[in-house]
Amino acid sequence: MTAGSPGSGGKADEADGPPLSDSDRQAMSDPRGTVETGGPSPTHPSAVGVPAARAARAATATAVRPDPDSGPGPSKPHRRKPLTLSRREDLHGRVLVSPTVLVVLLFAVLPFLAVVLFAFLDVRLVDIPRLYIDNLEFTGDNVTGVWNSPRFWSAAWTTVVYAAASSAGAVLVGLAVALALRRPFPGRGIIRALVLIPYVLPVVAATTIWKTLLNPGYGLVNAVGVEWLGWAEPIAFLTTTSRDVGPFEVPVALLCVIAFEVWKTSPLAFLFITARLQVAPDDIEEAAEIDGAGKVRVFWHLLLPQLAGVMALLAVLRFLWSFQNFNDIYLLTGGSGGTEVLAVRVYTELVVRANIGTASATGLLMTGMLLAVVAVYAWMIKREQA
Amino acid sequence: MSATDSKRRRTRRSAEDRVLGVLRFVVITVAVIVTAGPLLYGFLLSIRPFQSVVAEPLQLFPSPGEITFDSYPTAMAEYGLGGNMWNSVQVAVATAALAIAFSVLGAYAAVRLRFFGRNAVNVVFLGVYLLPGIVLAVPLFVLLNRVGLAGSLVGLVLVYVAQTVPVALYMLRTYMMAVPSSVEEAAMIDGCGRLALIRRVVLPLALPGVAATALYVFMIAWNEYLFALLFLVADRDRWTISLGIAQLTEFSVPTTVLMAGSIAITVPVVAGFFLAQRLLVTGLTSGAEKG
Repeated sequence: MTAGSPGSGGKADEADGPPLSDSDRQAMSDPRGTVETGGPSPTHPSAVGVPAARAARAATATAVRPDPDSGPGPSKPHRRKPLTLSRREDLHGRVLVSPTVLVVLLFAVLPFLAVVLFAFLDVRLVDIPRLYIDNLEFTGDNVTGVWNSPRFWSAAWTTVVYAAASSAGAVLVGLAVALALRRPFPGRGIIRALVLIPYVLPVVAATTIWKTLLNPGYGLVNAVGVEWLGWAEPIAFLTTTSRDVGPFEVPVALLCVIAFEVWKTSPLAFLFITARLQVAPDDIEEAAEIDGAGKVRVFWHLLLPQLAGVMALLAVLRFLWSFQNFNDIYLLTGGSGGTEVLAVRVYTELVVRANIGTASATGLLMTGMLLAVVAVYAWMIKREQA
Repeated sequence: MSATDSKRRRTRRSAEDRVLGVLRFVVITVAVIVTAGPLLYGFLLSIRPFQSVVAEPLQLFPSPGEITFDSYPTAMAEYGLGGNMWNSVQVAVATAALAIAFSVLGAYAAVRLRFFGRNAVNVVFLGVYLLPGIVLAVPLFVLLNRVGLAGSLVGLVLVYVAQTVPVALYMLRTYMMAVPSSVEEAAMIDGCGRLALIRRVVLPLALPGVAATALYVFMIAWNEYLFALLFLVADRDRWTISLGIAQLTEFSVPTTVLMAGSIAITVPVVAGFFLAQRLLVTGLTSGAEKG
């Protein structure tokens, strides 16, 4: 209804047959369609047409009827009177999305409302069996307690650093790889596929392999470092909070989890940027090169402006996802070594301290920060368009 | 343009081209080593005896005599990863089936039908898509405990469905928009009802997209760790494979066994992804991403 209509008249198979058998032929001639219809409809093509469609329609009608909204006032007396097209569309639309809406309401919207509620309740894990709607004890202590705790703010700061560094890193690495793989060469297809591996790898498998690589005892990185790079001793990468390298204090574990996140998410940035590069027109670049512009200048003045939009979008998306990342950090370091981010704090409050109230309050504040980022982004887009 | 002028320009540009060519080669080489290397490393460790790994960490490739696949049966049987894997298969298949069933209907409605509340539905889904999983985990943990579904795979499947349906719906929408509405209109004129229309016309035409989406949802459920950790950790028999491997890393389990487990859970996912790569990439770059 919204798309594709202009081409309808030109379809050859629609023009050459009587309209009635058309759709059935469409369904039957498509091999996969035949498999789908296998059950109820008879196999003889000439006999299929109308009855099967009728039956199907009747089935839909009965499936839809029970909805109490279906017959508003005036149309009630004539039970068989068909609904107008737009009203039927409205009804069908609502019925079709209802299972999705139901499961999302129950398992996402309701829980979120519960977080807001729990954040203001004095409730611990042991209280769950006695939790009833009519004996709730409200308190503001959770939120004020979390707000005033230095540990929360240090986790918030770590989260911001982590999310900003890994989203910027992922976009830049993705850009470099996308540019390097832009022009065809033998074996490009296979390399493109290989580059996607970190994104596809199950997170548990990826972190287990990284932990082994970085293991101080038998990990490859430490073995190489000690053997060939002249390190005095193996480094426990994932538990070292900071280490002096020359004049700098390097947050080792934090850098490791950032590197992991960049490694894991840059393939996605690569995909996005490659998709954008594929639609960048060649002729402008060719013209610029004929006029004597080198590749670097072509990149700065022609390609980068075209890619800026998708890179900004990616950076924001990656920031939002990294901001709430729990799995990668928890699996790599468990939150030790200066890598305690907000998501890990929520988990610690919930499981270790068994305090539902403070866990919810932490989560609520975290969501608030995310929403602030989204709002700033939306505002920036709006200002740009204005 | 005089001959010398153009010659100078060409040499300058060819120097730049040469540097960029080298740079390009370096980027590609490093990218391949860094992305594919760890997986290869994991595989190579999984087929070596543990003692050899500890004694010779620098020797990447096992000597022909020491190759052993013993870690795999050890991981599956002795450490119980086989049972965990079966749990994961059940959970992931159920999640994919339910999420697809729901989102096919929802995506069709979102693409083709104008109905009251359509925009509100879109906004809610976007919200769910952006809400942090860890934040939802807290109340889900409490509520599922309250209704006695915590620790059951059914509860886990329901949570996964709610988490994946928005993404699946978003992906399917892209594929369904490609189905020409004229075909559907023709079927409607012939008296095809709405459900029959979806089943006989839309679904077959969008089948590759539906398959790719199902695979994507399967992968999300297969890889998921946080909710499995929160809901199932107490009951070892119900652990999913991701949880099982993660729990094993807490104990002094030989790394070769852990690598075997990691490779075992990776193979189906990577194989599936590369089979459906083209379709998945289209879906992903249109903005359907989770995690």
